[in-house]
Amino acid sequence: MGFDINVNGNVHNVDVDGDTPLLWVLRDVLGMTGTKFGCGMALCGACTVHIDGTASRSCVTPIDTIGNSQITTIEAIGATSAGAKIQKAWLDYEVVQCGYCQSGQIMSASALLASNANPKDADIDDAMSGNICRCGTYVRIREAIKLAAALTNEKRG
Amino acid sequence: MALDRISSRSTDTNLSRRSFLASSAGFGGGLVLSLSLPLHRIEAGQSESFAPNAFIRIGSEGQVVLTMPYVEMGQGTYTSIPMLIAEELEVSLMQVRLEHAPPNEKLYANPLLGVQATGNSNAIRGAWKPLREAGATARIMLIAAAANRWGVDPKSCRAEHGEIVHVSTGRRLTYGELATEAAKIAVRKDVILKSPEDFKLIGTRTKRLDAPEKVDGTALYGIDARPPNVKIATLAQSPVFGGRVKSVDDAAAKAVNGVRQIVRLDDTVAVVADHMGAAKKGLAALKIEWDDGPHSRLATEEISRQLEMATLGPGAVAQNKGDADKAMASATTKVEAIYQVPFLAHAAMEPMNCTVHFRQNECEIWIGSQAVARVQAMAANAAGLPLDRVIVHNHLLGGGFGRRLEADGAVRAVEIAKHVEGPVKVVWTREEDIQHDMYRPYWFDRLSAGLDDQGRPVAWKNRFAGSSVIARWLPPAFNNGLDPDSTEGAIDLVYDLPNFHVEYVRVEPPGIPTAFWRSVGPSHNVFVTESFIDELAAATKQDPVAYRRALLDKSPRAKAVLDLAADKAGWGKALPKGTGRGVSLQLAFGSYLAQVAEVEVSTSGAIRVRRVVCAVDCGTAINPDTVQAQIQSGIIFGATAALYGEITLKNGRVEQTNFDTYQMLRMNEAPTIEVHIVQSSEPPGGLGEAGTSAIVPAIANAIFAATGKRLRKMPVDASALKQPV
Repeated sequence: MGFDINVNGNVHNVDVDGDTPLLWVLRDVLGMTGTKFGCGMALCGACTVHIDGTASRSCVTPIDTIGNSQITTIEAIGATSAGAKIQKAWLDYEVVQCGYCQSGQIMSASALLASNANPKDADIDDAMSGNICRCGTYVRIREAIKLAAALTNEKRG
Repeated sequence: MALDRISSRSTDTNLSRRSFLASSAGFGGGLVLSLSLPLHRIEAGQSESFAPNAFIRIGSEGQVVLTMPYVEMGQGTYTSIPMLIAEELEVSLMQVRLEHAPPNEKLYANPLLGVQATGNSNAIRGAWKPLREAGATARIMLIAAAANRWGVDPKSCRAEHGEIVHVSTGRRLTYGELATEAAKIAVRKDVILKSPEDFKLIGTRTKRLDAPEKVDGTALYGIDARPPNVKIATLAQSPVFGGRVKSVDDAAAKAVNGVRQIVRLDDTVAVVADHMGAAKKGLAALKIEWDDGPHSRLATEEISRQLEMATLGPGAVAQNKGDADKAMASATTKVEAIYQVPFLAHAAMEPMNCTVHFRQNECEIWIGSQAVARVQAMAANAAGLPLDRVIVHNHLLGGGFGRRLEADGAVRAVEIAKHVEGPVKVVWTREEDIQHDMYRPYWFDRLSAGLDDQGRPVAWKNRFAGSSVIARWLPPAFNNGLDPDSTEGAIDLVYDLPNFHVEYVRVEPPGIPTAFWRSVGPSHNVFVTESFIDELAAATKQDPVAYRRALLDKSPRAKAVLDLAADKAGWGKALPKGTGRGVSLQLAFGSYLAQVAEVEVSTSGAIRVRRVVCAVDCGTAINPDTVQAQIQSGIIFGATAALYGEITLKNGRVEQTNFDTYQMLRMNEAPTIEVHIVQSSEPPGGLGEAGTSAIVPAIANAIFAATGKRLRKMPVDASALKQPV
């Protein structure tokens, strides 16, 4: 019984109600605590994961809607090309402060970069405004995304 | 990436060992908690480690473990404190591992507060001398051990990169090789600290030691604690402060798959479950009837009225210079104003949480706290156990902002855990977190000033009323109706104000708890004083920067940051219609800040903070990158409060619930921020909060410049700025 879900390439069987949000399956059932709880209403983005590559708020994603989709979390985003660049840019730009929201920020930014190699300020606003940072790292996040994009473009060039 | 960079340390050998095993199993491959020996044994010299003080431990394998007396909540202490130690110890930051300090007021008290707590932007100010001395002491003892081994004069040896070198022969011994012998050397007190010109680390832009694990998701916050078989609980507390549970129908909640237990307390009902999803579902299924208690009709307006009335009577005199009444009587112009600031929630991104394993004779706690000894003491009280039977594991904090100086959450979690078999993690929903915060006090201020015929303020009077957080949190610091926090930013102004009189009236609001909030006293006072000085400039049609500048002959550091910020911001240059610049100047937490905010006000009244320029003189900047980051952070935090922040009560209930009703500034609204640091060799000032208090008046003053409307009440009321069509 329960649900088979594919997280970071591994299939897990979890025995929870179908309406259980993915966030709690990750954190409390599977013990993957990198994905964070912030609001429970898709208002803050701390719980962002990728579902088939799309940035999604796991706190409002019922487990029974996932099916065979591939879930990627912060624990594995470094294995993707965009994710690795974003993580490197985050370190190069010293983005983090308390760090609690940064898993979600990195997941949103990685999804942006994977779909848009050269994001403009307006693209960054669109992709990142769902992620709240109480430490106010927005200025550095913006610069770090541009740096990661520049790294991508250098390699292509 | 440095997965094992930061770890936890507890107080008792057996418990430490047990919790290490438990924790490392439960954390599923995350950080490895250290198996550290208890401090008293290290001090007695029974271990192979060299531990000359409570902050440094060097093992025979050469690992350098630094115990952090100040917590990391984003402000960069877990980099700046190691920098202070490593500067004198002569080790690379790549060599050190960090531990959260256990509760121990004797060893880890903040010298500026007298208790073990991280707040009031004073970690660096408190650590500046003692932690460099800690590093220097260890260095001297390692040198002595090497000199003994070689039979040479210690003066012929020096420390570098974690080794002692005999200069003339080039012989070298690592700290690890010397640890056992160094431990036998008497602790030296007569250390001489480096001269600033010899600093290698201090003053350099240094990478954060906690960044790698915060970027790959392995960093552990209190909410990530997972002792084996932990259950998850969430809770509903009386929606009115002081209310009680009248009745609970928990049949539907108990029927939820995964719900294990319902715990009923006097004023709280908690649902214990296998996971938070089930706990929340159970909570929603509870039918609770509340007895609202004495505050069931309370509204914010009533509190505001109480404070207003209080400012009509006398208060405690916080500062008096000259004769303000006499000077006022002979002034050419008189300006009066009333200012108000609202209750504010902290809304740290990591919601309040605490994990407790309550056992027969002991209690083990996992938490992220700014005041871990306070947690231990209050939890012991709640548990009915002696202090040494309460083990506390501190963690990284997902935001502090003053909220985590309080131990109410730990107490609540202990009360719940007493009814639960095995460990339970109590997690506040965001709604509970906002509606059961302890809030930045509401303040009501009554000001007046008398100006001479040149417009200079010859008299300044200010009487303000609000809650004293200090009186509750640190009672010995509240004396004669005054405390150093409530008045900071209202007295000792940088300006030359010869006749100056400030009074504080302590009024504790009914039915709503208050607490420290990022930038504490100045969060209120700097908005008021820097708005009012702007009013005085406007009253005599003078330029706000020039007006301030003329009052700064006795404050050269203040004048320098004002000039720098004005220059970099292009003060005086033309701006588009509907846009204005506002300035603020502040001395708080030992640092000087000037900010210029550029704000655009649309015809609908919508505000956009476009650009902020900040000049800062914080004395010695330990890590200039952190200085810049903290100013950026403080500005976003303060701008959020100025534009959106307000907690209101209706029928005794907090009306705001989540980020939809308690809004945060987001990426698309964030201004560009420029930070200019004044080079200085003065002792370091605090910076974690300064940016927050300084931005609020800068925004209000910019709105005045853009629209001619003076906002004396925060947050900004956009409807008041709407222009008639």
